[in-house]
Amino acid sequence: MTACLLAIVILAACSTQAAQPVPLKSGVEFASADVRSLQQDDFANPGMLWVTRGAKLWLEPAGSDGKACGTCHGDANRSMKGVASRYPRIDSVSTGLINLEGRIQQCRERRQHAPLMAYESDELLALTAYVASQSRGIPVNVEIDGFHRAHFERGRAMYYQRVGQMNLACTNCHDANWSKKLGAETVSQGHGNAYPIYRLEWQAAGSLQRRFRSCLSGVRAEMFPYGAAEYLDLELYLAWRGQGLAIETPGVRR
Amino acid sequence: MSLARIQVPPSAKRGEVIEVRIAIQHAMEAGFRYDNNGRTIPKNVINTLVARYNGTEVFRAELGSGISANPYLQFFMTAEASGDIEFSWVDDAGERGSERAAIVVVG
Ligand code: HEC
Ligand code: HEC
Repeated sequence: MTACLLAIVILAACSTQAAQPVPLKSGVEFASADVRSLQQDDFANPGMLWVTRGAKLWLEPAGSDGKACGTCHGDANRSMKGVASRYPRIDSVSTGLINLEGRIQQCRERRQHAPLMAYESDELLALTAYVASQSRGIPVNVEIDGFHRAHFERGRAMYYQRVGQMNLACTNCHDANWSKKLGAETVSQGHGNAYPIYRLEWQAAGSLQRRFRSCLSGVRAEMFPYGAAEYLDLELYLAWRGQGLAIETPGVRR
Repeated sequence: MSLARIQVPPSAKRGEVIEVRIAIQHAMEAGFRYDNNGRTIPKNVINTLVARYNGTEVFRAELGSGISANPYLQFFMTAEASGDIEFSWVDDAGERGSERAAIVVVG
């Protein structure tokens, strides 16, 4: 009991729902002025190259029936508006948790009967960025009840779990130290609302899971493979933690 | 597949100075990196980029390994007549790309 009270004080982890950072700030607010203006300029933002490629892929027939995404979904500006703000979510067929990438792959497999795209391939990043960019300005709003609950709890546990040779948890940086410097970086609150992003260090676009891998390798912890259940749970917890932030895909980061 | 985005104002007055921007999706591999097996990834950058305005060359750039991936360039030119601005480029592997944008010039 005393231990738990102590933990409440230190981590606020004994309450049923851990806290959102106050005030809630998108990662772009911690970026330097040049990175911010790159994100805000829809032409110069290099992530828009992936969005443009996604728009082309949207119309490209694939698979045995020769159907494109657009054959069924029509104009993405309308049909995909707001979709990204609800992911990750439970897939009603499998009752498993899927993120936006997973949802796109499902249509690829079940509806197009086309081969899956590799996680982190330019094709999947492009389609994900294109679909997510249709929700720009719409606040993140995920469900955490029902089948979502167990995933949410696991994601939260992972968020507070110290890992790696440096023995640090996500919360140690993204709650306790946001706005402070870590080397050349300003630590943000660690939200996923701008993903996929274009990262200058990567010289390419990358998914939220690629960012998780950077943070895990930063504290010298085990990295899970792309698409791992651990990452999906963490994505759900982070989305809830950033609930209300507007989608900004494609973000730009240094 | 080489992919590029071009931005020109859709219309301009004759004699007006307009801004032309292009972004190309290309890894601009500098030749200093290694793959997972320790082999050097060969240098492969877009080495030449040319813009033609209604067939006449108006801009040329020679790029090297110091240019970041997904290069973005912009320049200014004078709008003279309606027509096309066409970009074409080639990388060290010999792969060519091109993209065009239309402009309407009034007055
Ligand atoms: C040692 C400190 C540290 C730890 C621990 C850490 N991160 Fe990060 N994280 C960073 C830094 C530095 C960045 C890059 C700057 C930024 O955007 O915050 C970053 C970026 C991020 C971003 C991108 C934010 C954006 O707007 O682009 C997310 C998401 C993120 N971290 C999630 C996590 C998660 C989840 C964990 C736990 C598995 C974690 N981080 C652990 C330091 C850390
Ligand atoms: C043959 C028709 C068909 C094709 C082709 C198709 N989809 Fe779908 N898609 C559906 C249907 C039907 C649903 C909703 C029902 C379901 O599967 O759960 C859906 C759902 C989705 C959703 C989730 C929407 C939501 O509100 O949660 C996304 C995202 C999506 N599709 C993206 C794509 C992309 C990207 C492609 C191309 C790679 C594609 N779809 C191709 C039929 C299709």
